[in-house]
Amino acid sequence: MKITPGAVVKGGTSLHYKTGDWRDQRPVIDQEACQKCGICRDVCPDDSIKVKDEQYEIDTDFCKGCGICAHECPAQAIKMVPEEK
Amino acid sequence: MNEVKVVEGSEAVALAVKACRPHVISAYPISPQTHIVESLARMVADGELDAQYVRVESEFSAASVLAGASAAGSRSYTASSSQGLLLMTEVLYASAGMRLPFVMTGVNRSISAPINIQVDHQDTMSLRDAGLIQFYVESSQEAYDVHLAAFKIAEDPQIMLPVMVCMDGWVLTHSYERVAFADQKAVDEFLPPFRPENYLDPAHPKSWGSYAEADVLMEFKYAIHRAMSLGKARIKEILAEVAAFTGRDHGGLIEAYRTADADVVLVAMGSMVGTIKDAVDELRQGGKKVGLVKIRCYRPFPYEEIEEAIRGAKVVGVMDANFSMGSEGAVGLDLKAKLCGRPEAPLIIDYIAGLGGREINAQTIRKLVARTEDVYRSRLILPESEWVDLNPAILS
Amino acid sequence: MCAAKVETRESLFVSGHRACHGCGLALAVRHILEATGPNVIVVSPTGCLETFTSPYGYSPWRVPWIHHVFENAPAVASGVVAALKAQGRPVTRVVAIGGDGATFDIGFGALSGMLERGDDVLYICTDNGAYMNTGGQRSGATPSWASTTTHPAGKQSVGKTERKKDLPEIVAAHGIPYVATASVAYLRDLKKKVKKAMTFHGPRYIQIDTPCPSGWNFPSHLTLEVGRQAVKCGLVPLFEMENGKIIGVRKLKKKLPVTEYLQGQKRYRHLFESDGGQSELQKLQAEADKNIEKYGLMESG
Repeated sequence: MKITPGAVVKGGTSLHYKTGDWRDQRPVIDQEACQKCGICRDVCPDDSIKVKDEQYEIDTDFCKGCGICAHECPAQAIKMVPEEK
Repeated sequence: MNEVKVVEGSEAVALAVKACRPHVISAYPISPQTHIVESLARMVADGELDAQYVRVESEFSAASVLAGASAAGSRSYTASSSQGLLLMTEVLYASAGMRLPFVMTGVNRSISAPINIQVDHQDTMSLRDAGLIQFYVESSQEAYDVHLAAFKIAEDPQIMLPVMVCMDGWVLTHSYERVAFADQKAVDEFLPPFRPENYLDPAHPKSWGSYAEADVLMEFKYAIHRAMSLGKARIKEILAEVAAFTGRDHGGLIEAYRTADADVVLVAMGSMVGTIKDAVDELRQGGKKVGLVKIRCYRPFPYEEIEEAIRGAKVVGVMDANFSMGSEGAVGLDLKAKLCGRPEAPLIIDYIAGLGGREINAQTIRKLVARTEDVYRSRLILPESEWVDLNPAILS
Repeated sequence: MCAAKVETRESLFVSGHRACHGCGLALAVRHILEATGPNVIVVSPTGCLETFTSPYGYSPWRVPWIHHVFENAPAVASGVVAALKAQGRPVTRVVAIGGDGATFDIGFGALSGMLERGDDVLYICTDNGAYMNTGGQRSGATPSWASTTTHPAGKQSVGKTERKKDLPEIVAAHGIPYVATASVAYLRDLKKKVKKAMTFHGPRYIQIDTPCPSGWNFPSHLTLEVGRQAVKCGLVPLFEMENGKIIGVRKLKKKLPVTEYLQGQKRYRHLFESDGGQSELQKLQAEADKNIEKYGLMESG
């Protein structure tokens, strides 16, 4: 790929850089217990909680496994489980 | 029709900048740059110039304002001198790297310490590696004409680099000369509005100021160098365009003055060139085959043009109004590096002259030419640059 | 349709950035941009934010973004503002987001210049209290007695002996229309303040406390927890100032002892390891109490 003058790049291109493999634990959402408050998504530093079929889901392409979502979930519906390598 | 007026050099520059219709001007005062930015401030205050004038708290911020304005798609301008230029250094390197094409006047002045406000080229020479296109001018008229060219050169899609027009402080900025001005209509036809391909625009969000790893960093640096070296042809074209609509041709990247049959060629830049031309004429009348290469565009370095102009000369005396401490003068080093190993390359002697406003007059030039001939005849190997008119008696 | 309301929205600061696990700063930035909306140009100085969002070819910014050098973001922002004015693009606003090193220390002169000029820039300082990008060296924003890599606790050192620079007060002294402090632990409050700041013209300043798991050394899931503790103990008072007057503070229901906030962070561990730290802990409690009094933080009071 040719370099761009002045190293100017298109916005939003970091979506091509997957940070999911930084993870050593993964959040698992108990959809039964989930109250759909959206706090997990709000508190994710990596914007890796997405809405799919009216449910919150972890985007494992990007989730780094920091565990903030699990800690902040008021319904305690998110558990961190060790990532299988 | 070209109007002719007797104006201060600073006013001539301000009028050239005004004619180029900058959107943004930002400056911080330092002698001897002040009259330029004061003139522009007055033009804005009187409604003669429709530009945003950002009065900043340092030269560092002045250059930074230009970077922001340029990235946002506006033509922008500043001027500074000496310590102010050094303070801008980091910003100028980054701006060249980000390919932000603004124009600045480098009003030449010595660098501290000791503090001194007179002319030499140490300040702008310290920025020669930054990725700026650098011009040095001989007169206020040339300053005016080169500033007209500067914006178009900076903004050329193949170049996209900051341009610095260097002019000697006091000698040019504060003296009155006859200057012919260009018609605004002609300038407008020559210089279209700045329309960069990329600019900060929410409709097309892009990011400036990337971190580049080793796999691409060298290519980014080489791209700047290539923009300069391939840009030489474009620079010459643009200078020729200015010459065509102003009717004044100062030459291309260099001006070769009576070099055709010269045995001794001097190389110089800036206002000392006028003195040297007079001295060359006088020496010629006395039968000496002396010539002069005036470097107009110093970066990119016009090696091919100089090489052609000094072909046939026996010896070349470079007059550097700057010095790389622990080494030699910058122009001498450039030329030696390029000529080294060339068959029949002339001997090159580097002179350090005029630091801190030390006078360079006709006698200085006669002495220097005589010394150059002596060194050539005696095959003397000089241990270091020759410091012209240095007074060893007062060295402690 | 499902009974619960699930809201979808497009982020202006997308995934794939390279911030550390649990980065408070990365979280703050996404919410800042949700509050400003897309019609902004963002300027950032060198620092954590710049480093983790700028690897060539991979930008998470969906608004135009420019990083130039470390100490000039306010001046670059002024240049962008001037260009927008000259071009007649009044709808686009300029936001600068920089860390505490760039804001409190190296870019302070440029910040003061921008504020004094009255340029239409919302300057947001994301404050993690040290040069985290280079390994956690002391800055003018480092709070007293924290151990940093350039002012470490040691046999003859209790960490940083100087006060944290009171930048919101200094900024407010420039006579600008809006100054606020916020915390990434209180996202709704943070967004409200950014939105409010956008209703003013001229220079505005928001300082956001962004706990840093890597630099302060606490587990990455506790970023917001630590942030809440900082606010609840009074060491990070949250307030808003309009035209130099405090117009609102975040009240505390119950005062949390500062030790509750400090003990989980390695940067303060030395204060708990020996009796030697007692007097420093008392001084920090006194500082929190002073904030509580100065800003009237207690709900009852």
